[in-house]
Amino acid sequence: MSSNPPMPPHPIAPDRPTEALKDADTTRRNLIVGTAVAGGLAGAVVAWPFLASLSPSERAKAAGAPVEADISELAPGQMLVVEWRGKPVWILRRDETMLKTLKDDTARLADPMSKRSQQPAYCQNEWRSIKPEYLVAVGICTHLGCSPLMKPAGDASMGSGWEGGFLCPCHGSRFDLAARVYANMPAPDNLPVPPYRFASDAKVVIGEDTKGA
Amino acid sequence: MAEAKAPAYDNASWLGRTLNWVDERFPLTVLWKSQVAEYYAPKNFNFWYFFGSLALLVLVNQILTGIFLTMNYKPDANLAFASVEYIMREVPWGWLIRYMHSTGASAFFIVVYLHMFRGLMYGSYRKPRELTWIFGCFIFLCLMAEAFFGYLLPWGQMSYWGAQVIVNLFGAIPIIGEDLAIWIRGDYVIGDATLNRFFAFHVIAIPLVLLGLIVAHLIALHETGSNNPDGVEIKKLKDPKTGHPVDGIPFHPYYTVKDIFGAVIFLILFSLVVFFAPEVGGYFLEHNNFIPADSLKTPSHIAPVWYFTPFYSILRATTESMMPWLAAFVALVAVLTALSVRSRVAKLAALGIAAVLIVGFFTLDAKVWGVVLMGVSVLVFLGLPWLDKSPVRSIRYKGPIFKVMLTLFVIAFVVLGYLGIQPPTPGGTLVSQIFLFVYFAFFLLMPWYTAIDSHKPEPKRVTG
Repeated sequence: MSSNPPMPPHPIAPDRPTEALKDADTTRRNLIVGTAVAGGLAGAVVAWPFLASLSPSERAKAAGAPVEADISELAPGQMLVVEWRGKPVWILRRDETMLKTLKDDTARLADPMSKRSQQPAYCQNEWRSIKPEYLVAVGICTHLGCSPLMKPAGDASMGSGWEGGFLCPCHGSRFDLAARVYANMPAPDNLPVPPYRFASDAKVVIGEDTKGA
Repeated sequence: MAEAKAPAYDNASWLGRTLNWVDERFPLTVLWKSQVAEYYAPKNFNFWYFFGSLALLVLVNQILTGIFLTMNYKPDANLAFASVEYIMREVPWGWLIRYMHSTGASAFFIVVYLHMFRGLMYGSYRKPRELTWIFGCFIFLCLMAEAFFGYLLPWGQMSYWGAQVIVNLFGAIPIIGEDLAIWIRGDYVIGDATLNRFFAFHVIAIPLVLLGLIVAHLIALHETGSNNPDGVEIKKLKDPKTGHPVDGIPFHPYYTVKDIFGAVIFLILFSLVVFFAPEVGGYFLEHNNFIPADSLKTPSHIAPVWYFTPFYSILRATTESMMPWLAAFVALVAVLTALSVRSRVAKLAALGIAAVLIVGFFTLDAKVWGVVLMGVSVLVFLGLPWLDKSPVRSIRYKGPIFKVMLTLFVIAFVVLGYLGIQPPTPGGTLVSQIFLFVYFAFFLLMPWYTAIDSHKPEPKRVTG
């Protein structure tokens, strides 16, 4: 690097001194860097509307209105599925034997007190519900979003000692009758409970609670 | 420079004049000669060398049939399912075009898996072909994305719930996951917005990237020249008179003819599937996908299409009970690395990364690690050129340890693939957990088992 050959005369300005040309080179290089940075910034700014256009549209956001479900016909042990925000929401009417299983199985659950799981504060109890009799839960597995299936007590495919609950067909996660996940399953948390309220004894409103949220 | 060169063709004929006219403006003859007619490929290509050209053939099939399918398909959640049935029942020959496309998807993966296996056997990923291999890995990634996006389009139950599961994989990423999944879907659930954007990705975005990568893959291959079943470099021994490798033959006509023969056999098998068993018993087209998508009801058994199932098994096998084993495996690799590398920084880095991972195994959900392992199981192929420490390339001259490991890897791939199709059972999960370790051991322990493995001397010339 010590013996740089002398700079050849500039092709379009052969009469200009070499020093001046060097300065011009530095200026030019700074301009190139400046243009590249400005161009890059502009590119990044222009990318934003494209990326943002992939977010839910205003119409998709507005589609999350509360829904009402009529539970007057629901017999003990029976389950109703309603659609809320495109997701299946279960309403299960639990009988006495079903409620009893919720006390017995706590040792085998991953999160029996629903400490990590999603539910409104008024449902963080052993029933995970407002009225012990009615379970309201979003039927979407917390593993990868499949909808678990109801498996009543004694279902042959579930092995001996099955007390009733839900099985996710995708990866085999098992849940009890309060939608609490058993330990060592692919699903990390209990199924979420949506905000809801009882408009009357026969009517549940899902997506809205007593605070009117 | 073009103007200095004598015309390549006889100006007396009409064809010669035309070709000379083109050559003065575009390097047609130069490209034809350098890439095809005078591209010298090793003379000992065997059965395994059919699959590169077959992959190109399937690509052309997918693009052609795909273009015609878009002419009748409607990317709308209310219309998509019916428009596919319309193609099948009412569009003249629509059933054939659709079956060619759906069979082509599976054929693509069969051909590409065999093409990759060839690379594993003969060490085609080794220096100086690292970039050919890396471009190939990216092609494989694009292919997976292409297949995944395409599978949503028929809007059947499997389309819907398959997409639901895969998009929710992103939801497993801590903190940003949930918002990221919503951003990908464009809605809170898989819906019309998702279908529309997947259509855009499937028909334009990914194919463009795929074509670019294939061009890069071929340019890199033709720069270094092809490897061969013996793994010896044919460029080392050139005929002093012609300057061409003595063990090389021009790609055209020798390999064009061979590849056409391969294409004919392939097309016979392909036609048998298209005409007589397009669903292949539910493996190429799953039974549940003939039911329209229903967001409230997951089918009682959902599984991805066969070509994703090895990776899907890895996802499913990663449960909490596996974390101590995973920690032990990571610790083993880290300790081996620390003992093998010389620089102190690298030693500390290996142990530090392992420590962070092990802490992560016991603090984050197993679900997160399932997603990570599934991703790593695909990306780990990228590292092969640097993991293989054997002094020879081809399995023909490698020692028994490599042969055993490669066999175990293939068994693991097939078993994981089989279990991924089956409904989850405790026994199946245990077996897939064992084979998950076999799968990763093949790659991550490779630097050590290839280093201690014996080998036979490579011949000077290819053996035929």
